[in-house]
Amino acid sequence: MLSFDLMKTIKREGLVDLVASLCIKANLVLPKHQKEKLEWALENETSPLGKKLISQIIENYRIAEKTGLAICQDCGLAVIFLEAGRDIRIDFDIYEAINDGVAKGYGEGHLRPSVLHSCVDRTNTKTNTPAIIHTQIVDGDKIKLTVAPKGGGSENASRLAMLRPYEGRQGIMDFVVKTVRENGPSACPPVTVGIGLGGTMEECALLAKKALLEDNRSEELGNMEEEILELCNNLGFGPAGLGGKISVLDVHMLSTGCHIATMPVSVNIQCHAARKATGEM
Amino acid sequence: MREQKLTTPVSKEILANLACGDEVLISGRIYTARDAAHKAMLKMAQEGEKLPFDPRGAIIYFAGPSPAPPGFPIGSCGPTTSSRMDPFTKTMFELGIAAQLGKGPRGKEVIQTLVDFGGVYLVALGGAGALLAEKVKKARLLAFPELGPEAVYELEVENFPAIVAIDSKGNNIFKN
Repeated sequence: MLSFDLMKTIKREGLVDLVASLCIKANLVLPKHQKEKLEWALENETSPLGKKLISQIIENYRIAEKTGLAICQDCGLAVIFLEAGRDIRIDFDIYEAINDGVAKGYGEGHLRPSVLHSCVDRTNTKTNTPAIIHTQIVDGDKIKLTVAPKGGGSENASRLAMLRPYEGRQGIMDFVVKTVRENGPSACPPVTVGIGLGGTMEECALLAKKALLEDNRSEELGNMEEEILELCNNLGFGPAGLGGKISVLDVHMLSTGCHIATMPVSVNIQCHAARKATGEM
Repeated sequence: MREQKLTTPVSKEILANLACGDEVLISGRIYTARDAAHKAMLKMAQEGEKLPFDPRGAIIYFAGPSPAPPGFPIGSCGPTTSSRMDPFTKTMFELGIAAQLGKGPRGKEVIQTLVDFGGVYLVALGGAGALLAEKVKKARLLAFPELGPEAVYELEVENFPAIVAIDSKGNNIFKN
């Protein structure tokens, strides 16, 4: 534990600029892992139309990177994962600063503001704020930020169920595959499926969102992710929902404990524009 | 699968020749409208006002583009999910539109409307906003500027790629 006056103080201006640059980067440059997944889809798609559409998806992210046009016009809600090291000092309202960074990034990057004041007062805030911010306190003396813009179409395709415990592993698999079958075609497939298992209702939903940030398979759940991926890629709706083999690029699941009476399962669908950018200070 | 050129405004005869699965390249003027703009236009129609554009033979594009970066007529410009516009579709065809352009499956009542009016439903590739923006040569704000990205824009497009998802006979590319 550092004494208070030796702790590193984070500068507000630097944080605002970092958030702004991550918003822009996330919307213009697709992560390397997602590019590799799309190459895999191109190789494995069997429908000629599906193959053509995947090659256009690849061409699209290349155009975005080259021209500065956003990968997708839906530049999303700014979902931000904040990891704050416990050995830093923050002497300003960090959530206000992050929102200022989002407004700056979306403005300067010519990114679409998609946030409304409320579900009822559907007027645009024009700044793409408020952002959705999830905080975790971690070891160290750094601040790490991941900006993961999330589009409305694929968010609309997401579902949560409080299943009954007797439904078991099969019940979980059935709910996930049903959600993908019913909602996948309009969520800009090939999609990624994030699954949250356990917790309370709100924690379960957050786990599904966090699962979408994973690049690697989870080991503790055995081969459920692989099994679900195979079931989903037999559904046949394929790229853009117009028919084909590759409906889903990957499946990621995160799990935590649950109450004796409950079995919460959440499915967060991510479109093929799986955007995220990470930086630290 | 055939590839055809489609120039706006579109006549019923041309639409009758399009079949589910055909690829088309659209040139001419198309009009963007999403949920909020549809709601506003239907209110205008109810009150006997003219729409911001001539609906006869028009293609309505379900899209809310990104702001234009310097040197571009429009920002990223891909389609949004069409099924949210299902409840407005019959009235729009009654007003004379020829086709809708969006992404994803539609409800049964939309298929019936397309058959009744000889209309078609086209899809563009969702999430390909940068690629599709390159097909837009000019953009003009027509109505509802207060809606921001949900305003109605007139887009002048050249060889804008789309696929016939539901044709005027009711054949549907979506299986579910």
